Amino acid sequence: MKITLKQSVLAVCASLSMSLSFAAEITGAGATFVFPAMSRWSSDYNAATQVKVNYQSIGSGGGIAQVKAKTVDFGSTDAPLKPEELAAAGLVQFPSVIGGVVPVVNLKGINAGQVKLSGKVLGDIFLGKITQWNAPEIAALNAGLALPNVRITVVHRSDGSGTTFNFVNYLSKVNAEWKAKVGEGVAVRWPTGLGGKGNEGVAAYTKRINGALGYVELSYATLNKMSHISMQNAAGKFVQPTLDSFRAAAASADWKNSKDFYLVITDAPGAASWPITATNFMLMQKLPTSPERAKAALEFFKWVYANGSKSAEALGYVALPNELVAQINAYWIANLKY
Amino acid sequence: MPFATTLAVNDQRLAAIAQQDARKDRAFAWLTGLAAWSVFFTLLATIGTMFWGGREAFSTFGFGFITSSTWDPVNLQFGAFVPIYGTLVTSVIALVIAVPISFGIAVFLTELAPSWMRRPVGTAIELLAGIPSIVYGMWGLFVLVPFLGEHVFPWVDANLGQLWLIGPVFRGPPLGVGMGTAGLVLAIMVIPFIASVLREVFLSVPSQLKESAYALGSTTTEVVWHIVLPYTRSASIGAIFLGLGRALGETMAVTFVLGNSFNFSPSLLDPGTSITATIANEFAEASISPLYESSLIALAFVLFMVVLAVLIPAKLMLRQLAKRAGT
Amino acid sequence: MSANSGQVAQSDSARQISKADFAERRYRKRKIINGVMLTLSAAAALFGLFWLGWILWTTLGKGAAAMSLSLFTEMTPPPGVESGGLANAIFGSMLICALGTAMGAPIGVAAGVYLAEYANHTKRGEAIRFINDILLSAPSIVLGLFVYGLLVKPFGGYSAIAGSVALALIIIPVVVRTTDEMLKLVPTQMREAALSLGIPLWKMNIQILARAAWPGILTGILLGVARISGETAPLLFTALGNQYWSTDLTAPMANLPKVINDFAMSPFEYWNSLAWAGAFLITLFVLALSLIARTLSAPKKADL
Repeated sequence: MKITLKQSVLAVCASLSMSLSFAAEITGAGATFVFPAMSRWSSDYNAATQVKVNYQSIGSGGGIAQVKAKTVDFGSTDAPLKPEELAAAGLVQFPSVIGGVVPVVNLKGINAGQVKLSGKVLGDIFLGKITQWNAPEIAALNAGLALPNVRITVVHRSDGSGTTFNFVNYLSKVNAEWKAKVGEGVAVRWPTGLGGKGNEGVAAYTKRINGALGYVELSYATLNKMSHISMQNAAGKFVQPTLDSFRAAAASADWKNSKDFYLVITDAPGAASWPITATNFMLMQKLPTSPERAKAALEFFKWVYANGSKSAEALGYVALPNELVAQINAYWIANLKY
Repeated sequence: MPFATTLAVNDQRLAAIAQQDARKDRAFAWLTGLAAWSVFFTLLATIGTMFWGGREAFSTFGFGFITSSTWDPVNLQFGAFVPIYGTLVTSVIALVIAVPISFGIAVFLTELAPSWMRRPVGTAIELLAGIPSIVYGMWGLFVLVPFLGEHVFPWVDANLGQLWLIGPVFRGPPLGVGMGTAGLVLAIMVIPFIASVLREVFLSVPSQLKESAYALGSTTTEVVWHIVLPYTRSASIGAIFLGLGRALGETMAVTFVLGNSFNFSPSLLDPGTSITATIANEFAEASISPLYESSLIALAFVLFMVVLAVLIPAKLMLRQLAKRAGT
Repeated sequence: MSANSGQVAQSDSARQISKADFAERRYRKRKIINGVMLTLSAAAALFGLFWLGWILWTTLGKGAAAMSLSLFTEMTPPPGVESGGLANAIFGSMLICALGTAMGAPIGVAAGVYLAEYANHTKRGEAIRFINDILLSAPSIVLGLFVYGLLVKPFGGYSAIAGSVALALIIIPVVVRTTDEMLKLVPTQMREAALSLGIPLWKMNIQILARAAWPGILTGILLGVARISGETAPLLFTALGNQYWSTDLTAPMANLPKVINDFAMSPFEYWNSLAWAGAFLITLFVLALSLIARTLSAPKKADL
């Protein structure tokens, strides 16, 4: 078990010399929201170009902190930074992919998409004001559906995340009491419920507890065959979380007038829009520690915009519309010197 | 006079070698001393770094950091009462369950079991002490949580939860995750640890004492109760405190089954959080705000202080036994 | 007179009978208490062993079911992909643990030598032993945070080396403790014999004492390795993780405990099975090391 000093010194020297040469490995960190897609893109890109993109899903807050500290080549966040913050930290920001936050439920006898909720009722549940599935407020929206007398167990995130940010941003828009009592952010003070670590943790708890109501990104819901909720959007229609409803929400977004792409597209207008649609943003340094790696990261993103849409949609994400990609390219040329 | 010169040369060579050896001796003593003192300084450095990192939180919240139960990352208000409470409660539950069982195992192994059984079972216990804690966490989440949630907790809620006075401790939704489950998982984790130390301690009782008691007609229980336990009192308590120290610092086993909720609840069936779970969950994204990060490091400092408060008396008690045994 | 003595004789024997009766009853009571307590202790033992056996059984069962050769040949897969293994995580764990041991064991042995040879029975030695025992029981997450502040934040990156340093900090107290104990067990006559022959202290330590206590010291190192191979929390803040095979020590590296941590909590079935396989591997590794350590130390103890 004990390695001699000589062996260990040789090993250290060898690996240091390996890392001093150009490392065909780019590191990124951030949102768990986009982890399934990043993972798939990364392995496909590796198969095509031998370049390794190592993405660690530690949460949006972690991604922002890491890229600010220059410990990773790119960060990923679902909560966009304001232009002032970007300028202060010397960062650029651009969207990568669009997805949706989906409330999921585990209730015996209920199938996916059967339960209908409005934004206000969802907020009241997460506030802890509505505690049983057969409460009158829920029954009013679900005429004809027999809801059991089971306690609602709220499952939220225990770590900070952009998924939470988009979710509570939406709740703040549609439920005034939520906005006043809890507010929005990557992590909030939850009035009730359990906390799961990452989308995975929320999905794991929700699957195990009867009567649980959590929120995850669509791919986690799909891959796990979890029952999603049908939500009432700003136009008053009840929609299911599908790629089409995400696309509708994204289409209504006004990217052209956003500075540094700062735009949160929750509670989007439009009859077919999913109300909790979210954009994932990438952050990069204007003055990176390694321009070669930064350039390689940009190459990766170009590849993703060109080739990554199919695999993204297979996982429940929506690729960016072409005009937006063109806008991003122009943004890169204007802001990045490498 | 060649012989004399040979002797003189020999003497010179011996003197030279002696000088070299003296230098090497000094170097050796110095090197090993450096290694030993580095252990000392590592501990001081760790405590110091934790305190330094937590100073912003301490200066902002003062003593309220320990007593406030508000953990609000949006408004940057941090009070550590709920995690501290969770850490203490889960550890106490773990001990309440683990101590009698560990005593039982130790007594079983030293007094009851037939001699062919003692070595293998003792070895088995020690081996189990080495299972990584993450396995306990996983087993807890995948096996214990559904079992408790479906079969045990509903009964507890319906029956014990309705009792007067202690009812609120047992009332709650049968989620399966929660402080009670975390305490149970911790107990199972700590049992092999305490049991193996207790077994060693019980074996250190001189057999003459026990044999004299048997000769006077004592039953096994009386020997254990009146001879073994009093003789090993400080060491046994020390062993228990060591187990408590282990339970307090455990991260992975509890994070999976605790439920991560900052809402204070006295019930064992409700989710809670612990210091280690909070740090493990939130550290990555806390670096976005210096006060947030400082609060988490301050939590680590508080944990370290609690562990020290448990370990130092334990070590002193174990030292007492060693003195008495003459080692 | 005869009537009196008859009465006295009667009450004497009555007293004797009642005494015997009383003693008999007392003895029976003690026997019953003994029986009850022993049954309780056996029941407690069985209860404890039952839970532990359940855990071991679950780990072995689910882990063995997920075992296959691909575990050692394929990388950790992205979510949703139904193939893949743990090769990068296994390699990463081995590398980080080996480095941590290489860094920590020599320091631990040296410190143990100091304690047993130079500072035995001194106040200095007692203080260092005390501190060492505290470090031994310190929460590993605190040590991980310490190394984070030392090696990750200032240098701008998670790295395998930072992970190794954190593990080294955990293994040092274990090795110090066992080296100290083992060296103390070597009989003083050996030291006296060596010194009387004029052998200098450093030579005596390295060539004679270390050789005598070597199995015990190795045992300590093995137990330390067993301990660090299961540690997760410190690696979360230092080595992080990696989707790919990496030999770069200054970059994040995949390791088994983090992979188990991520995969176990995930809702992806294949990832869950990989997590159990990883847990199974770690458990087997720890058990094997502990067994080797026991067989190494056992004959030595018998000799002494």
